[in-house]
Amino acid sequence: MSPKEPQEFDEVTEGTEDDATAIMPENTLPADPEQLEPEVIDVRKGMFGVHGSGDTSGYGGIVRPVAMPGGSPRPYGGWFDDVADALGGALSSAGITSGVEKVVVHRGEITFFIRRADLLETVRTLRNDPALRFEFCSGVSGVHYPSDEGRELHAVYHLLSMTHNRRIRLEVTCPDSDPHIPSVVAVYPTSDWHERETYDFFGIIFDGHPSLTRIQMPDDWPGHPQRKDYPLGGIPVEYKGATIPPPDQRRSYN
Amino acid sequence: MNSPQDPYAQSADTTTGKVFTVTGQDWDSIVQGVAEEAEERIVVNMGPQHPSTHGVLRLILELEGETVTEARCGIGYLHTGIEKNMEFRTWVQGVTFCTRMDYLSPFYNEATYTLGVERLLDIEDDIPEKATVMRVLLMELNRISSHLVAIATGGMEIGALTVMTIGFRERELVLDLFELITGLRMNHAFIRPGGVAQDMPPGALDEIRDFIALMKKRLPEYADLCNANPIFKARLVDVGQLDLAGCLALGISGPPLRSTGYPWDLRKTQPYCGYEDYDFEVVTWDTPDAYGRFRIRLAEMWESLKIVEQCADRLADLEGAPVMIADKKIAWPSQLALGSDGMGNSLDHIRHIMGESMEALIHHFKLVTEGFRVPAGQAYVPVESPRGELGAHVVSDGGTRPFRAHFRDPSFTNLQATSVMSEGGMVADVIVAIASIDPVMGGVDR
Repeated sequence: MSPKEPQEFDEVTEGTEDDATAIMPENTLPADPEQLEPEVIDVRKGMFGVHGSGDTSGYGGIVRPVAMPGGSPRPYGGWFDDVADALGGALSSAGITSGVEKVVVHRGEITFFIRRADLLETVRTLRNDPALRFEFCSGVSGVHYPSDEGRELHAVYHLLSMTHNRRIRLEVTCPDSDPHIPSVVAVYPTSDWHERETYDFFGIIFDGHPSLTRIQMPDDWPGHPQRKDYPLGGIPVEYKGATIPPPDQRRSYN
Repeated sequence: MNSPQDPYAQSADTTTGKVFTVTGQDWDSIVQGVAEEAEERIVVNMGPQHPSTHGVLRLILELEGETVTEARCGIGYLHTGIEKNMEFRTWVQGVTFCTRMDYLSPFYNEATYTLGVERLLDIEDDIPEKATVMRVLLMELNRISSHLVAIATGGMEIGALTVMTIGFRERELVLDLFELITGLRMNHAFIRPGGVAQDMPPGALDEIRDFIALMKKRLPEYADLCNANPIFKARLVDVGQLDLAGCLALGISGPPLRSTGYPWDLRKTQPYCGYEDYDFEVVTWDTPDAYGRFRIRLAEMWESLKIVEQCADRLADLEGAPVMIADKKIAWPSQLALGSDGMGNSLDHIRHIMGESMEALIHHFKLVTEGFRVPAGQAYVPVESPRGELGAHVVSDGGTRPFRAHFRDPSFTNLQATSVMSEGGMVADVIVAIASIDPVMGGVDR
């Protein structure tokens, strides 16, 4: 292991960011180059992500960015463009011009990143517009990216249009310091329990929810268990003289 | 009424009225106590440990006489943190966790998670045909066993004990098939990223064909016993009504949605695992009530039998075909075999890695301890479980463990319909309405 401090991002050997750029046609100029960059959410150090003990692999100096797929340029392909056009048109006629932060097409699924202030109007448009008609919400899923500064908490909505047989994903972010996202219960009543669950596990406060209380954990439970800074818990187990640490304290290979 | 032996459930006077603790005692004292209060409005806390609430479900019912004015669910009693635990295991180990969520349809949990991981790995087209057929076979057998339990427990909860005993009788046959094919009756962890864990054992196809033949004799018994039974119909017809608009608003899928007459089935509308190549019908019904849902489950078992039959025919032609992806960077390295001390790595494999190839040993060690990396991104591949749309939102940060795995469980979503299905009805109908949703609390609470 080299004693000198590793350079930032200088040894990108096995990037995970290829997926986003590989699908970008060479001759297409991106609308907003910044949006097309892969979203770096963390930095992975060493070969095995070992913390606290020596990495004897000889790859301890590797520093790699952890990046989610970046935005995609037009055309998105297939009906993705129809949905994007219809959504953009309907939103701008409602006076919202920058509601969609970016669009990610990855592995045949399309994700719209929505500004949280415009979420409620966006889902109402998505449900009501005849060209969109996403009448079925499959619920809310939270994701916590502790290193994604200013965008730590993500709420992910999967919408289904039974009329057009299409499925899209909406993603809304909010910072840890201000964990508020507007509730979509008024548009999709099914989100009631899903938002309560996401509040319970991530601490995202859904403004406008009729009764945002814990749903899985006891009412007096401290903390929000699915956040990355919340420990898994567990005790060491002794077996035949050896002690096996709990899962979150074992050597990991991330 | 007075149970001083129970320190956690004592009778008490609160600001909202007198509290009675009801266990298995003589009900005369309760009736008398309530009569003394001379109040029509009663809040009944039913469960979480109750034989009729379909699992560890707590119901809070507000009653006016015998009419339910408000119904609310209390859930979370079976929360086990499976999603959190999955973030601390490899991608393959995740299957072992998620199979335990909805314990009546374990193969669907495994399948939706596995399909999501395979989409992120971009290997959806590389899954061997035999593995896909086996997945369909197991899922459809699982639909039969799950619907049998739904009908059986639903019958038990309204006092039709024969429905319960015959339902569990047939389910046992399906579980025997599971045991033969996967080695376990429940919690199989059999469908894994890249394929399935093992090949079909010898003789399994014959057993499946025997089972199909037997089921074709037994399924009409359910119809004879229930379909036109006046007591059964009196309890089920027009109970737990929920129309199409209500279903869509509340995100209800599965039999409750199809009982409104809307033929939405992901196997037909958004096929996965090659369902477009199988011949089957989507069952609908024209009365969106508990009876319609019962009839749908009954008819869907016939359709599942049809699919199982087609799977058996295909598997007969796929003798000896691979059941795991060829990519050795993903495929589980060992084949299991029965040894003198039980099931374990096959002797051939042990001989290979210990005596012949250092590279194979390293590969085995790396794959089993570290696991494979999954490219960063997120995927959602829902499947049509016996209860509706079951989907896993799988997020990877490019590491060897799931960054986040969230399950959209149909039981969780469908249970939200409890209020609209039972408010305004009789208290006895609440049980029927919930049984017609068929929630599995392991899936609700995860």
